[in-house]
Amino acid sequence: MVTCKDFLRELGEYLDETTDPATRADLERHITECPNCWVIFDTCKKTIQVYKGMDPQPLPDPVHNRLMRALEQKAQQRGVKADCPEAQA
Amino acid sequence: MHHPPVRPPRPMLALKLDERMAGSSIKDDADPAPVEEFVLVEQARGGDLAAFSELVRRYERRVYRTARHIVQNDEDAEDVLQEAMLKAFEHLDSFQGHSKFYTWLVRIAVNESLMKLRKRKSDRSVSLDESIETDEEPIVREIAVWDDNPEQRYSQTELREILDKAIDSLKPIFRTVFILRDVEELSTEETAEILGLSIAAVKSRLLRARLQLRERLTRTFKRKGDQILGYV
Repeated sequence: MVTCKDFLRELGEYLDETTDPATRADLERHITECPNCWVIFDTCKKTIQVYKGMDPQPLPDPVHNRLMRALEQKAQQRGVKADCPEAQA
Repeated sequence: MHHPPVRPPRPMLALKLDERMAGSSIKDDADPAPVEEFVLVEQARGGDLAAFSELVRRYERRVYRTARHIVQNDEDAEDVLQEAMLKAFEHLDSFQGHSKFYTWLVRIAVNESLMKLRKRKSDRSVSLDESIETDEEPIVREIAVWDDNPEQRYSQTELREILDKAIDSLKPIFRTVFILRDVEELSTEETAEILGLSIAAVKSRLLRARLQLRERLTRTFKRKGDQILGYV
């Protein structure tokens, strides 16, 4: 018999779908009978989904340009030759 | 480990970094597909700056986002991005190719980020020690059903602010694990290796981070009119 505490302890593995089939069946039975645990599971799943759905923002141009300039300087120090008009910007 | 033949590095003087934006220096004209990562790494190892710049272009946004979430300010995140990319360029020879290039790169960025945090005299709470809060039971205080697609109520900018604010409210040990596992989608094993933690510690912190974020977002995303219920 799975308790709410048991469910919470196993929730991470359940969300990642890495529980063994028998445990999974027990946990699934529990959330059909426990509305609170179902809500916790559902909102945790949505939390992960909403973060996964966010693309990283484009890097501001000045940040990218400073990075390329620093890289160009490092390359020159190491004797790597490269023409980098972008770094002159 | 066998890879398909790698093209020799092109002469450096023939390369211009702005060409990488169009991809003309690192693609075959007949093949519009992006160049495989290991090819770029091999070319960069041979001193090809344009190839390394393409790797930078592919990953700079993700590295910056990860650093920004850990150090929590733009200036330090920019420093981390730059230091991590320069270190990667300088030490490319030590990249063995056993892991993905991004995993190797993000490990450097995470280490740089954590060093930044530790250097801040005012922040004494930065520790990834195994013993911290790994054995406690996860706690849930607030339960409420969310709207089906609550994120659609907000603009991208508003949503980003809500999500960033929620992550920023977590302790470093929790937000770092969450970022690597659920935002950057690294495996548990990769995350454990990068942070020098056990698999069990990564799993435990990830669950706690997810529950804390869920709780914070519930206050914003809960279905209108529903009560927040206590939970024992």
